[in-house]
Amino acid sequence: MLKIAKERLNELYAKINESMGLFIPVKKAGEVNYAVWSEGKEVSLETLKTVKSPKNMFFPQTENMMKFKQEGKNIEVVDVRRDYVEEGKLFVLFGVKACDYKAIEVLDKVFLAEPIDTYYQNRRNATTIVTLACSRPEESCFCRVFDIDATAPQGDVTTWLDNEYLYWQANTEKGEALTALVKDLLEEGGEKEVEAQKEATKVIIDKLPFSNLDLSKFQPENLNELFEAKEWEEMSEACLGCGTCTFVCPTCQCFDIRDFKTHEGVIRYRCWDSCMYSDFTLMAHGNSRTTQMQRFRQRFMHKLVYYPSQNDGLYSCVGCGRCVNKCPQNLNIVKVIKTLGGKDND
Amino acid sequence: MKDVELKMLERAKALLQSGEVARVIGWKKGEFCYDPAPASFESVEEMENGFVYNWFCGANLSKYLIQMAKKEGKTAVFLKPCDTYSFNQLVKEHRINRENVYVIAVECLAKLDVEKMKAKGVSFITDVEVVDKDVKVTTAYGVETLYKPDVVLSKCAVCTKTHQVKDEEIILHERPEREVNRFEEVEKLEAMTEDERFAFWREQLSKCIRCNACRNVCPACSCVKCVFDNPASGIAAKANDDKFEEQLFHIIRAFHVSGRCTDCGECSRVCPQNIPLHLLNRKFIKDIDTLYGEYQAGEESEGKTPLTTYTEGDTEPNDVFNGEAK
Repeated sequence: MLKIAKERLNELYAKINESMGLFIPVKKAGEVNYAVWSEGKEVSLETLKTVKSPKNMFFPQTENMMKFKQEGKNIEVVDVRRDYVEEGKLFVLFGVKACDYKAIEVLDKVFLAEPIDTYYQNRRNATTIVTLACSRPEESCFCRVFDIDATAPQGDVTTWLDNEYLYWQANTEKGEALTALVKDLLEEGGEKEVEAQKEATKVIIDKLPFSNLDLSKFQPENLNELFEAKEWEEMSEACLGCGTCTFVCPTCQCFDIRDFKTHEGVIRYRCWDSCMYSDFTLMAHGNSRTTQMQRFRQRFMHKLVYYPSQNDGLYSCVGCGRCVNKCPQNLNIVKVIKTLGGKDND
Repeated sequence: MKDVELKMLERAKALLQSGEVARVIGWKKGEFCYDPAPASFESVEEMENGFVYNWFCGANLSKYLIQMAKKEGKTAVFLKPCDTYSFNQLVKEHRINRENVYVIAVECLAKLDVEKMKAKGVSFITDVEVVDKDVKVTTAYGVETLYKPDVVLSKCAVCTKTHQVKDEEIILHERPEREVNRFEEVEKLEAMTEDERFAFWREQLSKCIRCNACRNVCPACSCVKCVFDNPASGIAAKANDDKFEEQLFHIIRAFHVSGRCTDCGECSRVCPQNIPLHLLNRKFIKDIDTLYGEYQAGEESEGKTPLTTYTEGDTEPNDVFNGEAK
């Protein structure tokens, strides 16, 4: 175990930033989101939940995919992808919580499965992930339901933060390489403090109101019964059809592809889409889901039934609780789990 | 607050039981003490199981009536003072049939913003109690007392609104009279230089995630299909581009609802990035007051509005542009 005094963290960021791009939770206009670090930015590692999850770093909300340039009868297709590893441009994603790290695993199963999404892969391969254990979980957290240990996240490097030090442990080759880069700033020690923090945090996690949600009913064989459940109407009644839950979710992965006409040709881009929106998967004949109830049901069936049935039972919810905090109408996946998840939910 | 809730529950149950109304629109208990959700109740049993009215019932229920008031039978709704302005405006725009709605005016002594409370450092909240200006928050990490004016919803901070419409009222505690200048924040922005103001909005709007919650919750945004949702329009409402599109989106929306926006503040309440969107609308309200005389949307459910009325003495656009408006 290595450690660095809290007041020297800025030196650590600066050191990393000398040779790599650093993405880290930064406070801007009152809200904390992942952003590119530079000297003078207000880093907030203490923030439990960034508004947007770090998925934005591998799967940006909007990104250009290719450009088309027309000259006479010829159309040139310009590949705008960048192979960052080949360019020698590497990144560090710093301060990722256990839930958000697990979410990256969920995304990997989508984007890195054949056919591989090279836009995602290029960023993913070029990035070293430094995770940060939670020490002050709050009432909307329920990662334990998905067998996630918030006190010991995986990642290339795992870190723990207390009032005095950031403790540092490399887990992978990439993590060792990053450790070597910043080794002059690190000193030995911290095992005892980290163990103590882990124990204390586990006590809090035990007390969290959602730590024992029952998911047992969400099995592929119950698909039809869950789909037909009459409770969807009531659960979705107040839904505004906004995209807040989708866009703050670390595992939502749907996107739309559109063309945009510019003076220098056509740009094909993709942007996050939301199954809550009325134009989601719009087809020539119209929309396959015509009511908000159907859209609402799609979102939760996808997370709790469809995705796990295709991915060895892995749920595509990680219990980060962002939707619990952010839904304008206070609808969320916890209410769905409690209503349909199984008999042990109260 | 509990006494008010009990009285509301009692009245709603009586209305449902007598058959005077087919449903009641109110708030339903959530997972915590601070997350009630708008809901409709069709039976006494549903009311008893889930109804709640507390310090966190900030949601404006008026917009639900667009759908609910179309259903068979009369719909009762609990409206706070600010909500009644949106209600009137929707009646004026023929989006709600007034005859199908039974309005129960309920008291409001401001509503709390749990995000502001959490920003003060409290987390793992288990209970919230309000005594005068003290908000006592019990958490798993200890008890903290917050100063209520620091943690009310933005819309409540400068509210002096009174019920504009009611079929009956449930008011057990009068809100103390107070003098506030609701344009204070707008004036601060007006006092900035153009560059400072641009930087302010640039930073705020760059946080936008294009969730469209502000639009979808807005009672003035009642178009069946928004122009931004039209795939043939050439723009994508969901594509976030912090250089251009989202700045225009919010400004276009503010223009579109100007003269109709009642300053209900729902846009800022729901914004996941806490962008103070209501300040755009409030700026337009202030300008309308200045250019066309004082006007409050939603005070009336009929009649003309400053922006839909022409008089020869109206300020010319050029005067506004040149800063010579009267």
